[in-house]
Amino acid sequence: MTKDVLVIGGGIAGMQTSLDLADMGIKVHLVERLPSVGGKMAQLDKTFPTNDCAI
Amino acid sequence: MPADKSDDIRIGVFICHCGSNIAGYLDMEALGTYAETLPNVAFVQRNLYTCSEGGINEIKKAIGQQNLNRVVVASCTPRTHEPLFRSSCGEAGLNPYLFEMVNIRDQCSWVHMQEKEEGTNKAKDLIRMGVAKAALLEPQKPIMSPVFPRALVIGGGISGMTAALALANRGYEVVIVEREGRLGGMLLDLNRLGPSMTDALQLAESTVKAVSCHPKITVFTGSRVTGVEGFIGKYSADIETPTGGKKIDLGVVIIATGARVFVPAGLYGYDAERVITQLEFEPRLKQGIDPSIKSVVMIQCVGARNEERPYCSRICCQTAVKNALLIKEKDPDTKVTILYRDMQMYGVENEEMFRESKAKGIRYVNYNPDRPPQVQAGSVLVYNALLGKDMELPAHMVVLSTPLLSREDSDEVGKLIRVPVDANGFFLEGHVKLKPLDFATDGVFLCGSARFPANIREAIAQGLGAASRASIPLSKGSVVVEPIISVLADMDACRGCGLCVALCPYGALEIQKTDKGRKVKVIDVACKGCGVCAATCYQHALTINSFTDNQIDAQIEAFLG
Repeated sequence: MTKDVLVIGGGIAGMQTSLDLADMGIKVHLVERLPSVGGKMAQLDKTFPTNDCAI
Repeated sequence: MPADKSDDIRIGVFICHCGSNIAGYLDMEALGTYAETLPNVAFVQRNLYTCSEGGINEIKKAIGQQNLNRVVVASCTPRTHEPLFRSSCGEAGLNPYLFEMVNIRDQCSWVHMQEKEEGTNKAKDLIRMGVAKAALLEPQKPIMSPVFPRALVIGGGISGMTAALALANRGYEVVIVEREGRLGGMLLDLNRLGPSMTDALQLAESTVKAVSCHPKITVFTGSRVTGVEGFIGKYSADIETPTGGKKIDLGVVIIATGARVFVPAGLYGYDAERVITQLEFEPRLKQGIDPSIKSVVMIQCVGARNEERPYCSRICCQTAVKNALLIKEKDPDTKVTILYRDMQMYGVENEEMFRESKAKGIRYVNYNPDRPPQVQAGSVLVYNALLGKDMELPAHMVVLSTPLLSREDSDEVGKLIRVPVDANGFFLEGHVKLKPLDFATDGVFLCGSARFPANIREAIAQGLGAASRASIPLSKGSVVVEPIISVLADMDACRGCGLCVALCPYGALEIQKTDKGRKVKVIDVACKGCGVCAATCYQHALTINSFTDNQIDAQIEAFLG
């Protein structure tokens, strides 16, 4: 069985999934419709309640 | 290639605007000009967002082109961004530990929004101190340590069982330690699960069966974990079982100890007969309610959201609505009224269930905690603020929605594994957004109601999530540990007094006998670099990498300078 994983969508959930899989040593192909990953999260400034910079 | 170690210190300072977070409140141009005047600074650049791809590329480019051998970024908090900047330095060929971060946002621009000049001066001080320290930084090597391929799951409720199955199905050995005599936890006491109305017992039985039959899972019921020693990859747990004590090696730990129920003794005439809790109501719904009961009043937030327990238990509203719907399903003529303070019905399915309940004639009356409902014989009296008067609702039965409480021994378990609990006794995750299922202690994970009251769906999702996080070190087989740790810099000075050993919160120090007598030894993978030992050592034998006495002295001198 091929171990590679396809993740569709490069928002925060897709990116975290890809990172965790890659950290497990699995090759991940992340496909995002837009020119950059980040999704809605990249459009936010600070996020509640810890005021972390979203980017 | 940039030189890691050289007499010619060349520091690059990158000052981040953080959009308007910093630039909106400090004089950035003045900061840039000032940084250029500091000793050993070879290059200064200001960026809109240093953490963006463009900003990172600028750092990498400058390391090569300007032959930088130290990098200082003046921006936000190292908590979120230091790893990124460090790895960027590494990618450009510079040892990642020749990097220093200066926070001119959280404790500077954010708190001095009205004081531009003073805020800018403070940022200058901070940058000057960072540059002074950077000049003295030494390269460090990351530490590798193997991971024992076995997980310990503490708690055999639905969340713990789900986590255990997920790990076992990936091929890892799992040990479940359950305090009660059988697996299943609170799920065993439930009837049907909203909003899908799944049969709880069926889910419990099938999960318990899968766990019990799994060749990779060992279950200890009626057992307790009495000690956990070690660090990520190399934990060892003492387990007290009915057949005696056991010691088990493991790599990771998942805490799934769940919660306990609140018994509303003395509240609203609670008698466990006519006035009962939602949990006591579940088996009655299953057996079929006495047909003579034609009116039910439910009261929300009983013993919750008050001074003693200020939190909202989150799952009681959906439980009440679900049980109200089940009453209506059995007998649509039974009157059901829910007395609430605020309805907590998050999520599309719960919203839908809430709407359905209204369509089926379930009534909702808001009450004010300052004028709480009064349970009388056969009825409940509630002040309706909209009507401006008391309403008397017939009530053959009263069901109280009570919060889930943290386990009474959560503090003890927390101390055992060195993980924190919050003010309400629930376990505190590593970061509320970025690390919801991890602890700050590496290799320890969290799921289910031990973290905060969770419904079954959330308990399962978190169990799967914790298992997923836990399988990262397990599948890698080794972990890389930050080298910013304690080191015995002066072996001769150490007198083996053991003061540091007693104070170390991570069990990372031990005294060993050497040719030169009793000396302290740092277990490097266990050390978190908190610095307690170095601050305690009156002989100055211990120091912390990247926080050495001379580096801190240089910062202080730069500040006073």
